[in-house]
Amino acid sequence: MALRMLLAWMTASALAAPAVAAPLAMQQVAPGVFVHQGQQQAWMEAQADDVANLAFIVGDRCVAVVDTGGSPAIGQRLLAAVAQATPLPVCFVISTHAHPDHVLGLGAFAAASGGAAPQFVAHARFAAAAGARQHNWAHALQRDAGITLQPQALAAPSLAVTGAMEIDLGGRKLALRAWPTGHTDSDLTVLDQQTRSLFLGDLVFAGHMPVLDGKLKGWLAVLAELQRMDVALAIPGHGAPARDWPGLLADQQAYLETLQRDVRKALRERRSLAQTLQDAPVPGGGPWLLAEHFHRRNLTAAYAELEWED
Amino acid sequence: MHITRPNCGLKGLAKHAACVLAALLFTSAQAQLKTADNPEASPNWQKVKASLFKGRSIAAAPAGMLDLEIPQRAADAAVVPVAMRTRLAAGDSRYVKRLTLVIDSNPSVVAAVFDFTPGNGNAEIETRVRIDEYTHVRAIAELSDGQLFMSTRHIKASGGCSAPAGKDPAEALVNLGKMRLRVDGDLRPGQPLLAQLMINHPNHSGMAMDQMSRQFTPAHFVRQVNVSYAGKPVMSAELDFSISENPNLRFRFVPRGPGELKVEALDSQEQRFESVLVLAPAAS
Repeated sequence: MALRMLLAWMTASALAAPAVAAPLAMQQVAPGVFVHQGQQQAWMEAQADDVANLAFIVGDRCVAVVDTGGSPAIGQRLLAAVAQATPLPVCFVISTHAHPDHVLGLGAFAAASGGAAPQFVAHARFAAAAGARQHNWAHALQRDAGITLQPQALAAPSLAVTGAMEIDLGGRKLALRAWPTGHTDSDLTVLDQQTRSLFLGDLVFAGHMPVLDGKLKGWLAVLAELQRMDVALAIPGHGAPARDWPGLLADQQAYLETLQRDVRKALRERRSLAQTLQDAPVPGGGPWLLAEHFHRRNLTAAYAELEWED
Repeated sequence: MHITRPNCGLKGLAKHAACVLAALLFTSAQAQLKTADNPEASPNWQKVKASLFKGRSIAAAPAGMLDLEIPQRAADAAVVPVAMRTRLAAGDSRYVKRLTLVIDSNPSVVAAVFDFTPGNGNAEIETRVRIDEYTHVRAIAELSDGQLFMSTRHIKASGGCSAPAGKDPAEALVNLGKMRLRVDGDLRPGQPLLAQLMINHPNHSGMAMDQMSRQFTPAHFVRQVNVSYAGKPVMSAELDFSISENPNLRFRFVPRGPGELKVEALDSQEQRFESVLVLAPAAS
């Protein structure tokens, strides 16, 4: 009973939090384009919630937010950063894919612009993917950080993207593109046409080892298409933004191709999944951080996909 | 178990409350840790033990007799490789007639029951499971004389059962029921042969809820697999949704000559799938 009262009281304090949220540190990487670079850590490892790149783009009329962070608190801090940069309201909140480190701050924007809800924008498959995983995310937040995720914390997308779509911030247009299954089955990219800044979500990782939660072959195909795009500034989901395009892709492409080659070889040699995981050296000394967290997971996903290849 | 003691540098009342809560959680995590230290105390195990084994005594398996292979930490909680391998002493006239796989903290605790037949060498099975929470995993072998032996491991993993099946659910439905059956190596009469069965099936747990639509994807999983060779049963399995999407079974059998390796699978919606592999001895 005491615990329940404490929880109720805590929820009340959490709701009161927006007033005091410290703005996230943002960097203006192009005119009107603000990026927050998350730490290079695994989500919820040692309670880390600020691990993904988050951004907002300011138009003449309003603001679009791209990803909202790994906890409700990070969402509040991003909202505070928007308010610090501009008096304009937030009219679009875009989620690049359904992973907890990118979307658990969504709730902070539900009434972000003086009570008027912005449009919540995501891939057409986002709702199903996030809906099915939300219970696990809430459980992990509670277990690892003692944070209670309210059931309504994930606003359902009001604008679902299939193929391509354009949205207007007033004198500034963003081209959205929903991709076939790659990093996940709900990857969406955002191109600011004015500055040719491309927000890649986790279709591209820099420094942080790429994480496969979709289809390896699909992801490689998406990368081949992405590299033909005319991009002045590429903003990955993790790691530093870069002007070198498609140079930024090279390391990831090499990693995924090696993964594919190694797993196909293991399958040809009729090695079981367990043997394949056991024998694989975790790449060290290369470009990747967090390999010990993600390399075996990538091998597992690649194996489960490629074993059905003809 | 991964537990970080809450950092309680105090600043403001809200943070203090967060700390109190974190400390409470920490205490319950410690309680969990105690359970981890004493696998016998697990309440789910006590229930399974009572219902499945009716109070019969279960001995700890002597070294080398029953190996349970599972990683200490799952790379992917939805696809965790697990193997149960048995070895009876030379001259032991008994055989392992049943292997049961128990995952204490999963929503469905009994993940699989495999029945074996005599004359097929040491009972051995490899598969992949979903793990929903930090848990003990158990292999229980029943010998033909009724004796029971157990091996236990602990694994850190979470979210496997309530994770949506598949990286691409739309594609999974298209391929439902496709099967692949193969053996590794040549047929040599009297020698154990490794077989691998793959069944394309989402194996929906019924636990993945779409919070936005408030709908559960109904449970739909492969529940029974029967394998025979040359008309004689080799192995049969009762499975549950703790088995990963696209169930994968690897097992050994001892062919005495040419024959058909035949697999029949049944899912929870009474759909039946069959696969046959014709084997002949390698030309010498």
